[in-house]
Amino acid sequence: MSTHTVDAPKKRNFKISKRYLPYVLSLPALLMCIGILIPFFTAVAYSLQRYRLSQPWARKWNWGENYLNFMTDPAFWNTLKVSLTYAFLTVGVELLLGLGIALLLQKRTRFNNFVSIMLLMPLMTAPALASLMWKLMTNPGFGVLSYWATLLGIEDMKWASDPSTAMMTVVIVDVWVYTPFIMILLLAGLRSLPRQPFEAAELDGVPRLFVFWKITLPMLTPFLLTAVLFRVIESIQQFDIIYAMTQGGPGDKLTVFQVEAYLNFFQSTNVGRSAALLMILWLITYILSTIFIKNWLRLRERARGEG
Amino acid sequence: MHKASVLERTLRGIALTLVIFFFMFPIFWIFLMSFQTNETILRVPPSMIFEPTLTNYRSLISGTLEGSTATLEIRFMSNLYNSLFLSVTSVTVGLLLGVPAAYAFAKLKFRGSEDIAFTLLSFRFAPPLLVLLPLTIYFQKIGLADTYLGLIWVYQLIVLPLILWIVRGYFEDIPSDIEYAHRIAGHGFWSTFTKIALPLAGPGIAAAGLLAFIFAWNNFIFALVLASADKQPVTVGALAFITASGINYGQIAAGIMLSIAPTFALALYAQRYLVEGLSLGAVKG
Repeated sequence: MSTHTVDAPKKRNFKISKRYLPYVLSLPALLMCIGILIPFFTAVAYSLQRYRLSQPWARKWNWGENYLNFMTDPAFWNTLKVSLTYAFLTVGVELLLGLGIALLLQKRTRFNNFVSIMLLMPLMTAPALASLMWKLMTNPGFGVLSYWATLLGIEDMKWASDPSTAMMTVVIVDVWVYTPFIMILLLAGLRSLPRQPFEAAELDGVPRLFVFWKITLPMLTPFLLTAVLFRVIESIQQFDIIYAMTQGGPGDKLTVFQVEAYLNFFQSTNVGRSAALLMILWLITYILSTIFIKNWLRLRERARGEG
Repeated sequence: MHKASVLERTLRGIALTLVIFFFMFPIFWIFLMSFQTNETILRVPPSMIFEPTLTNYRSLISGTLEGSTATLEIRFMSNLYNSLFLSVTSVTVGLLLGVPAAYAFAKLKFRGSEDIAFTLLSFRFAPPLLVLLPLTIYFQKIGLADTYLGLIWVYQLIVLPLILWIVRGYFEDIPSDIEYAHRIAGHGFWSTFTKIALPLAGPGIAAAGLLAFIFAWNNFIFALVLASADKQPVTVGALAFITASGINYGQIAAGIMLSIAPTFALALYAQRYLVEGLSLGAVKG
């Protein structure tokens, strides 16, 4: 009897807390969501306004005008072109290089594991600092890479400050920093593949190139897709490497979305145009990230099913 | 398995050497540069033979730059301190807020949980400036502009989604039976959470915390937009330092080495967690 009376309130207590517990626990995440959504909708509003920090009195709604202006604005099309070129080049090279390295390091040996950990170092370097490192190496006066270029017969190579080589230079820095990411993901993928198909192919004497195209690649596809989507989403938004290297220059050679939006906001104080640019970038990344998240969840599900 | 021919092994060796060279050389070269004075740095052709000197590190640490005309004060060490402070506090805050939330998302399915989780994750991939630019205007209004508090808050944008999603996966892997057994033995929710769930998800929390620290340390754009000189971390400080110090290349190199050393050390120390975190939970190490 006495135990029963003690138990009863306890049970009720537990019920109440159980009902509100999830909300208490996830409150920070919820607040965070609101904290992101408020600035986001503010940005949407800015993008529909004529809003210059230098002329606050002239601020007014102009609805789609910022977006409509893009249609005839060569600077916008340049931004789109530069961003897509950058994303395409970086991810393309990183994918090929990352896959190649992952295949080289596929066997679980002590040496291979050591190398793969060493190769993570560029990825641990802050992209902005990586740009500074390469800036020191490509300095036309004393940079070691500029010197090597002269050995190859290329005199007076100006790297990032020359319009014709600026893109190549920042792409090299991006490749240096992010290839290890693709490598580590593909290496994990390669090592998680089931052994049987490869052993069967080996027994039957199937040529290795055939094995690669018909067994390895198809089985690796979910990993390739995850890595590529993740990198494209990040690469199309790249800011650190480009800003630290040239601040978007020379001229408008490297004014990718975020750099252009940053310059619009802080230099020409054109908040409306800056916000509209970011909205377009957001739309691109939103579509890509929805595909990415679905794909990634499926991959994770599979990994947990096996483990 | 396959017996590699001599030719194949040679080709693989060459390829691997080139790869290691490309990825390691910049770090190696800047490391060498950090022990040189301008005199040896500016030599043509560049050479690896020089008399190493510690003056670059010494002047960075003491905070005075001996220029040709005057002595300049540099705040590089305070940048380094800012980086450490911002990263440690924002990861701590992120873990305190994120781990319980991750548990709620994983184990106590409730209305709206998937929507919150998805929104957070999809904004993890949104352009940071989209949120940052309106925030600069808000922060100026509510007095959070250029404060550590404001920066730590904004750093949660990177730290929290990462922790939530990595740790959530680990909580989901814990069989509910274990927790029920503990509950039936008369223990409450809190005890189950701290005695059963937290230890079992330990590796995931470590991986998420480590990765969050590295992302916070390496962040550039948040502080560039929101922090003034005395609150800036090394990533932004180093860029300003280049313009300020002009042509003191050895010091710039030394500054870069000091700025990347902490993340390198962490990565080497906790490589297992790092690989696990980096493969996005796609593979269990």
